[in-house]
Amino acid sequence: MTSWQVFTQLTVNGIAVGAIYALVALGLVLTYKATEVLNFAQGDLLALSAFIAWGLIAVAGFPFWLAFLCTVIISAVLAYGIDAVVIRQIAGQPQFAGVMLTIALAFMLRGAISMGFGPESRSYATPWVGQTTTFGGVAIANLQLVIVGTALGVTAALLLFFKSTKLGMAMQAASQNQLAAYLNGVRVKQVNSLVWALAGATAAAGGVLLAPITLVDVTLWFVVLKALAALVLGGFGSIAGAIVGGLLIGLIEQYAGVYLPDGSKDVVAYVVLIAVLIVRPQGLLGEAHGKRV
Amino acid sequence: MKFDYNTRYSDSFKLLRHTDQRIAYGLLLMVLVALPWVASKFLMAELSYVFILCIASLGLMVLTGYTGQVSLGHAAFVAVGAYAHAWMLSKGVPLLLSLPLSGLLCAAFGVAVGVPAIRVSGLYLAMVTLAFSVIVTHVIGHWGSVTGGFTGLAVNDPAIFGAALSGPKAFYFLCLAVLVLVILALLNVLRSGLGRAFLGVRDSEAAAYSLGIHVSRVKVIAFALSAGVTGLAGALLAHHTKYLTPDAFTLVLSMELVLMVVIGGLGSLRGAVLGAVLISLLPTLISRIKPLLPEQIAKQFGMETFIFGLILALFVLFEPTGINGRWLKFRALVESFPLYRRDTFRRGKRYMKSERYK
Repeated sequence: MTSWQVFTQLTVNGIAVGAIYALVALGLVLTYKATEVLNFAQGDLLALSAFIAWGLIAVAGFPFWLAFLCTVIISAVLAYGIDAVVIRQIAGQPQFAGVMLTIALAFMLRGAISMGFGPESRSYATPWVGQTTTFGGVAIANLQLVIVGTALGVTAALLLFFKSTKLGMAMQAASQNQLAAYLNGVRVKQVNSLVWALAGATAAAGGVLLAPITLVDVTLWFVVLKALAALVLGGFGSIAGAIVGGLLIGLIEQYAGVYLPDGSKDVVAYVVLIAVLIVRPQGLLGEAHGKRV
Repeated sequence: MKFDYNTRYSDSFKLLRHTDQRIAYGLLLMVLVALPWVASKFLMAELSYVFILCIASLGLMVLTGYTGQVSLGHAAFVAVGAYAHAWMLSKGVPLLLSLPLSGLLCAAFGVAVGVPAIRVSGLYLAMVTLAFSVIVTHVIGHWGSVTGGFTGLAVNDPAIFGAALSGPKAFYFLCLAVLVLVILALLNVLRSGLGRAFLGVRDSEAAAYSLGIHVSRVKVIAFALSAGVTGLAGALLAHHTKYLTPDAFTLVLSMELVLMVVIGGLGSLRGAVLGAVLISLLPTLISRIKPLLPEQIAKQFGMETFIFGLILALFVLFEPTGINGRWLKFRALVESFPLYRRDTFRRGKRYMKSERYK
């Protein structure tokens, strides 16, 4: 392969992985905006979704897209429940309580996955095994196209939802000022739980798409750390920032794997996270907040 | 109820002011010192491990519980301490010199991390420390010439003045001595001006700043102190595990340390110790309970993780002040028996600083 082909291939891989990081980061932004809780359990929701999808596809024999839909629904219901039963209890407490509680939930989900499915990793087939499309001399796996397409579709659907439906508007309103939203007839608690459900759905979409590239394994939760880097790079609390950051982190990782010394692929996301926070804490697209006392 | 009745100026400087406290802590120390002659080797090793984790948890408590700076990456400091100690021992540095040196080195490392890290706070600081610890683990894995890389590094047996400290009994006393020294040192630091400054920075940076406290300097000092103490724990841990690999210092260890300080109760050294004791003994306890459960549940993989999470969640939801808070309530109940008022410990409302638009 020529170096141009290598570069293009890396770019495609980076965008595919980055699209998944972006989905996870998107879920983090949603819950952060709604309840000001940074959800460390997002990665474990994703891992759980991958296992559920495995169960539906490899064991129950569902077709891919039906399994995708079912997994998204299951995960959304679970996330709704998590907010309605657990997260709501600590509303108004310092952020540290939210961090601790979601870490606790992450531990519980991780333990539950291990207890339910056992420690071994698995894989499931997608309809696009071995299929490639050639663009200008570069072979691209169809699976990667599907991943990018689905991620774009989910993002576009979410943006449209927030912009043009009543419920989406209510979510935006509740995230900006809960009291004002409540006075205008928004049922803030329920709306917040629904935002969590949306975040659960994005986690599920990410999980079902990520598992075919890697493996169905508990360690999938690590994605949440990459998503944090994406979030910080893009600008905390901005949806567009989460998408841009996710894609950038995916690309940076792929390039680092080839053009930088051995082993830097695994750490480059974290180096970026630290560098951005120290040099430009508001990220690429985030707005600067004055510090409130 | 107990009241202070000071007859001398120096009375108010005493760490233990009441007779019953002196008796209780004296008895505890005597039991711990006498234990090696009755307990089994397994229990000795287990207790040494508990002491080591107590030291690490005390280190994190200074930073998170007293200065309010969340760190989700303290395993990195444990790792630096452990590797520094093992490397110095292999170069022939005696243990009694290498132990404080690795603590100091770790403190210097803490300054190097703290200076850039304190530019951010809250959630961002949590993420920076987390990312930083991932990086440290990878660097250790790839810096084979010093750390032995992923294959690991064997640690020399501890020895003092040429006499080998082999056997669990000697190591137990080493750990106990370091733990007691660390607790005494921290107790004294935390009631000095610096310790009060820590509390001030935790409760309100603006108020602390307006009272003439150099907030960023205090934060960096807290980082250094915390890293130094945690590094000591790492150095001892190197002897406990006898063989160092980067896998021992992953996020799981960081999370366990955070678990200890939160479950123990933020803002109290007693809480750090109690939390460490609970969390480090929990796996043993679970494995003891397992045979009693039906086989279907007992053979499940991952139950420990689940129970860790459950305990943390229950504490965050129902007892945010941790074991220490529960203990204080219990003591108040006993001391003021028929007159106990639940409202004594009612929490004032604490509001989070929202980033929403006002």
